[in-house]
Amino acid sequence: MSSNEKNSLREKVTIDGNEAAAYVAHKTNEVIAIYPITPSSNMGEWCDQWSSEGKKNIWGTVPVVAEMQSEGGASGAVHGALQTGSLTTTFTASQGLLLMIPNMFKIAGELTSTVFHVSARSIAAQGLSIFGDHSDVMATRSTGFAMLCSHNVQEVMDFALISQAATLESRIPFLHFFDGFRTSHEVMKIEALAINDIKAMMDENFIAAHRQRGLTSEHPVMRGTAQNPDVYFQARETVNPFYTKCPDIVQKAMDKFAKIVGRQYHLFDYFGAPDAERIVIIMGSGSEAAHETVEVLMEKGEKVGVVKVRLYRPFSIKHFINALPKTTKSIAVLDRTKEPGTSGEPMYLDVVNAVHEQFTAGELPFAAYPKIIGGRYGLSSKEFTPAMVKAAFDELSKPKMKSHFTVGINDDVSHTSLTYDPLFTTEKSDVIRAMFYGLGADGTVGANKNSIKIIGEETDFYGQGYFVYDSKKSGSTTTSHLRFGPRPILSTYLISKANFVACHQWQFLEKFDMLTSLIDGGTFLINSPFAKERVWDNLPLSVQQQILKKKIKLYVIDGNAVAQKTGMGGRVNTIMQTCFFAISGVLPKEQAIEAIKKSIKKTYGKKGEDIVKMNYAAVDATIEHLYQVEYPNELTSKIELPPVVPNYAPTFIKEVTGVMIAGNGDSIPVSKFPVDGTYPTSTTMWEKRNIATEIPSWDAEWCIQCGKCALVCPHATIRIKVYDNKLATGAPETFKHMLYKGNDYKGQAYTIQIAPEDCTGCGICVEVCPAKNKKETKYKALNMVPQPAVREQERKNWDYFLTIPEVDRRTVDVKTIKGSQFLQPLFEFSGACSGCGETPYVKLVSQLFGDRTIVANATGCSSIYGGNLPTTPWTKNADGRGPAWSNSLFEDNAEFGFGFRLSIDKQQEQANELLIHLIPQLGEEFVNEILSAKQNDELAIYEQRERVKKLKEQLKGTTTPEARHLLEIADTLVKKSVWIMGGDGWAYDIGFGGLDHVLASGANVNILVLDTEVYSNTGGQMSKSTPRGAVAKFAAGGKPVGKKDLGLIAMSYGNVYVGQVAMGANDLQTVKTFLEAEAYDGPSLIIAYSHCIAHGINMQYGLNAQKLAVDSGHWPLYRYNPALPKEGKNPFQLDSKPPKIKFEEYAYNEIRYKMLTKMAPEKAKRLLKEAQDDVMKRWRFYEQLAAMNFGGHAPQSVASEH
Amino acid sequence: MDLSTTYLGLELKNPIVPSASPMSRTVGNVKLMEDYGASAVVLFSIFEEQIRHETKELYHHLTYHAESYAEATSYFPSVDEYHSGPDEYLEHIRKLKESVAIPIIGSINGVTDGGWVDYAKKIEQAGADALELNVYYIPTNVSLTSDDVEQTYFDIVKDVRNQVKIPISVKLSPFFTSIPNVAQRLDNMGVNGLVMFNRFYQPDINLDTLNVEPGVLLSTSDALRLPLRWIAILYKKVKADLAATTGVHTSEDVIKLVLAGANVTMMCSALLRHGPRKIREVLTGVQQWMVEHEYPALKEVRGSMSHQSVADPSSFERANYMKALQSYM
Repeated sequence: MSSNEKNSLREKVTIDGNEAAAYVAHKTNEVIAIYPITPSSNMGEWCDQWSSEGKKNIWGTVPVVAEMQSEGGASGAVHGALQTGSLTTTFTASQGLLLMIPNMFKIAGELTSTVFHVSARSIAAQGLSIFGDHSDVMATRSTGFAMLCSHNVQEVMDFALISQAATLESRIPFLHFFDGFRTSHEVMKIEALAINDIKAMMDENFIAAHRQRGLTSEHPVMRGTAQNPDVYFQARETVNPFYTKCPDIVQKAMDKFAKIVGRQYHLFDYFGAPDAERIVIIMGSGSEAAHETVEVLMEKGEKVGVVKVRLYRPFSIKHFINALPKTTKSIAVLDRTKEPGTSGEPMYLDVVNAVHEQFTAGELPFAAYPKIIGGRYGLSSKEFTPAMVKAAFDELSKPKMKSHFTVGINDDVSHTSLTYDPLFTTEKSDVIRAMFYGLGADGTVGANKNSIKIIGEETDFYGQGYFVYDSKKSGSTTTSHLRFGPRPILSTYLISKANFVACHQWQFLEKFDMLTSLIDGGTFLINSPFAKERVWDNLPLSVQQQILKKKIKLYVIDGNAVAQKTGMGGRVNTIMQTCFFAISGVLPKEQAIEAIKKSIKKTYGKKGEDIVKMNYAAVDATIEHLYQVEYPNELTSKIELPPVVPNYAPTFIKEVTGVMIAGNGDSIPVSKFPVDGTYPTSTTMWEKRNIATEIPSWDAEWCIQCGKCALVCPHATIRIKVYDNKLATGAPETFKHMLYKGNDYKGQAYTIQIAPEDCTGCGICVEVCPAKNKKETKYKALNMVPQPAVREQERKNWDYFLTIPEVDRRTVDVKTIKGSQFLQPLFEFSGACSGCGETPYVKLVSQLFGDRTIVANATGCSSIYGGNLPTTPWTKNADGRGPAWSNSLFEDNAEFGFGFRLSIDKQQEQANELLIHLIPQLGEEFVNEILSAKQNDELAIYEQRERVKKLKEQLKGTTTPEARHLLEIADTLVKKSVWIMGGDGWAYDIGFGGLDHVLASGANVNILVLDTEVYSNTGGQMSKSTPRGAVAKFAAGGKPVGKKDLGLIAMSYGNVYVGQVAMGANDLQTVKTFLEAEAYDGPSLIIAYSHCIAHGINMQYGLNAQKLAVDSGHWPLYRYNPALPKEGKNPFQLDSKPPKIKFEEYAYNEIRYKMLTKMAPEKAKRLLKEAQDDVMKRWRFYEQLAAMNFGGHAPQSVASEH
Repeated sequence: MDLSTTYLGLELKNPIVPSASPMSRTVGNVKLMEDYGASAVVLFSIFEEQIRHETKELYHHLTYHAESYAEATSYFPSVDEYHSGPDEYLEHIRKLKESVAIPIIGSINGVTDGGWVDYAKKIEQAGADALELNVYYIPTNVSLTSDDVEQTYFDIVKDVRNQVKIPISVKLSPFFTSIPNVAQRLDNMGVNGLVMFNRFYQPDINLDTLNVEPGVLLSTSDALRLPLRWIAILYKKVKADLAATTGVHTSEDVIKLVLAGANVTMMCSALLRHGPRKIREVLTGVQQWMVEHEYPALKEVRGSMSHQSVADPSSFERANYMKALQSYM
């Protein structure tokens, strides 16, 4: 093939919306500045990958991709690059887009050509949501950006190019957007634009003009002046002609595109009956469902139509009105956004105005002024189905229509919602619809993406894949929705009538109702540990009932056995994929098998022959082990599904939380929800996820009662109590206890208890356990045992354990590991990854200070496992006290927590003033006791609580305004501990400015940086904490510069307590640091090494990874206590020993470093050497700091309890 | 003075061949060894585990958490192609062949008759002059017979012999019931050299942690008694060349082993302790001895005190033990 032929080739590709946008953006730009944010992150990642592979744009140069510290920073860099004449783009969504708004005004005000590609996402309001709607893009309407909306993956690619062409000609910057997740993550077979298509759309004259406008000292001009009242207004009006021309320019670009490529688009595309009377106006992926609905309704003779809005800004009234049929009588405008307090959502108002203006101008083409109603749908990727579209059309038929309606929810408060018939469907029988229920870790989604590609490549079928993930990071479940059919698939909603359902994990049978979606006579495939003869009797009763009722064809395979046998471990992906092809008949079986193998070769060929062989073996073994089950025509099961939450749970838990847990959150009516986003804590305890296959079992005979297991447990599922021996007598038979070994609770009973249904089975506790079984050293005092066998017994033991009173905090020596672990964790059973490196630190805060803590949590992993519905791990003690928690944003967390402190301090000051004022009533001695209370340990805090309790009782009887006021704020007289938490992405990058300011403020806040050295939550992008030589997204070639020394920066203020800790290396130093930091009356910063799945390690050995980091000197442990110089002591204490292993020994234990040796061995060697130099330089510097003489004796470092 | 010898069909200028060790990991070290007189180098071993598991390890970690969570469909940059440990090994051979003149002997260490055998071919293609197979097998199953264990060796050797044309040697364990029989059968399969013996990593127990910790104990000259006996016994009984590889520390050690019948003597511990310069010292010592004892060529030394050449062959046999006792008495 000649290069020109190649450049003209329009390949059929199966990709998602993000890749489609990125493809054109990368081909048509020179500079790309980004910042990761869901669901747009992948666009930047694709571009980074292509640039790092040396892929060029259409002008033959490799675009430069720069990751910035925030979206604000990215938009600033974009603005700068544009102003100096480069073709520049960025990708973002949601809060990120909001952070770009200031620059968007500037860029538009300066008539600068650019396209921002946005995967539209909800804005955080009463709660954050990563899912799709138009709230973000609608917030940018006044910036002056043109707004072009793509409705499906094909359009994303096409419009990315059309907007690029239009921005260059019109000089108006474009926001090209598409629905987050539904379009950004939907995998679809589309026709990729050829290089020559892209070239043909780019007009070199406009590009030259763009360059010529760039700032250069060869032809100096100035831009960005400050203007006064005399001229700003007029100058602002200069741009009007550009906006007037813009719609025609876009249409021209669409027409040109149609000539080149063949697909014709319009600013507003109408589909429906030529004589339609009822019209729906809609923008985004929902228009596809609307199109499908109109098609079906038209077949039934209904006079309906849909206008798909593509160019939303500038809104061309002329084009819009012309798109409507002249027979239009009523219009429903559907907005995928919410604007509280408005007279109508934005697009509705645009339509009302358009009709009104044409009417005023006397140019309304309709027989009568149409009725117009507006409605909201699909917020945060809420399902939007043909049934809902039909509901909108139905509403237009009613004599009294409901405007400002909602559809898709049950609004029983404001009664806005339209009712719809959930059984109405537009699914065609020639479309194959398959659903797959899998675990994240079993590779189901990846295999399904692969299946779509195979079918896309091997057949003329069109394919669509959409994937639903739950909000947990451990044991997360995935549901894949795949459609294949002879026509492009417009069904932009989940499958509700499947021909094929696959259950990739047996335990799902007790968790999810998978068969309601399966049609009569459909096929059900189960990955079953039971042989085909025994499967039937082991199915839950409700599953048997549905199978019989629907005459379902049942297939089973022991996928896990096949996976083990063929070396696939826990990955049943290839196996289940093979089953799908073998049963579904999408392709002839032989052809399908060959295609799977071809695809395996293509995917893994360059990554090792063994992986290819392993997958081949799995494919072959699958066919041999796949069976159809002949089942009896009778119900034999005794297995009933347990209630999601027990009946004794609180009402809110039963009516809201439990419904969400069961996966039925869509059914909860508006009235059940808190109006302001306030939710109760203590809710993960109801979830009982049972995701561990193995859990630890305590062998008291060998236990040395060190407490390390409880300290390191990421999910607080190992608890320790010391208690009155008498309580042990009433315990269940298998409840374990032993005599406490120390003197402090001499004679009492001691128990380590596991929460069997909450444990994730990470095994970290067993790794850390120092006590070996001396008879058989392979065992320890904790050993992993299969969970199902002990579940029932341990559930009873756990319940009993909970009835034993917690240890009295006043008696506990919190400075020891053992003591600290007698304190009840008030952070339990989070959805964090199994073996998470962050959560033990968070839990420790909750143990040491939880009953007086207020947490400001930066967006990121910790806010997700801490606050993603349905449940929260933050909980309360028996007194009802516990951490109060809130998440504001990603970027402002330090300031947010600082606000807590200002407020609490102010209230406390007021309380103090009022106390003094009320001395005559309260008594001087009592008031002085309260005012002078030190509250520096548990006992003193307890005593102050007692005083405040007494105070409140006294105040209750008083009616003076001062007394009432004091009663309101009296609780602030008890010490409050403010904790500001987040990851390194927040602390080192996006929130660093605020963090720095708060550190400098001197305020008494405790800042905990859960440092994974990478953006973990959004999928492993480089942060300024990423070490030299580590591979991360945007540092695919290994990070070339060393990590920022955040601790040293904080120390430079002199009044900030700084501690660097790594629990796996020195747990005692960790506990001591937390206690000192909290006790210090000023800002404290704890930087906590947190191993992470993004490091590429076996999480069971996470603590060992921490130890290696410290032993190598990569992560020195230290404490900087500003209180010490006053005692003549050096504030800086090094708590770890000089590097005793090479950096290499630490680093090459982790894939993030090691993979560079596989990708670029020479570079890896160089960076390794430089990283080793970093370590030694930093160590020598720290040694000097630690050796400085402040006039007294050097303080002692903390020895490990190891 | 003619120190030349032949080994695996290769003409070597002297009998000192550094055996598989981390010393050969860098081109610089191999050059140094050449400069100090090494006549060939056996490269560090590529382990079967490396071949089989390294790519799987990468594959596992790069994919395990992917596609599990809406915000992060992956945690690492996408990698189109990566060089696994074996690829680096092959690249290392290519670089060595460009940098040094002495023969390079590749080394594979494994226990099963698996896909890694294909790798032998890749080592050949990369330019290795010969290949040493280090079959490292510790039977722990009580139902496994000595026949079974031997068959494992033969299967692997047969596979590799079929894969490559370059000479191959087998590094043996000293724990066969009948070493001569094993040696002969290997000989019949076309093995070009027998390397005696494998110095297994021996486990140790850490008394503080109660963990088993594998460790390498460097050898001393005392260890050469074992290969000395078996080389002496096998000399001329098999066609394959004989290499001694345990306990070679001094020129005396080299001479003894050549007298017994070794074609080459392989050094490892001494080089790890003293560096490559030790080779020159040993060679000088060998030359001095030959001058003193009027041997013009090493080939004349070789085998002159083998089992069949000594006056009392029983001195290499069990009777030798009786004699030792008598002399002690």
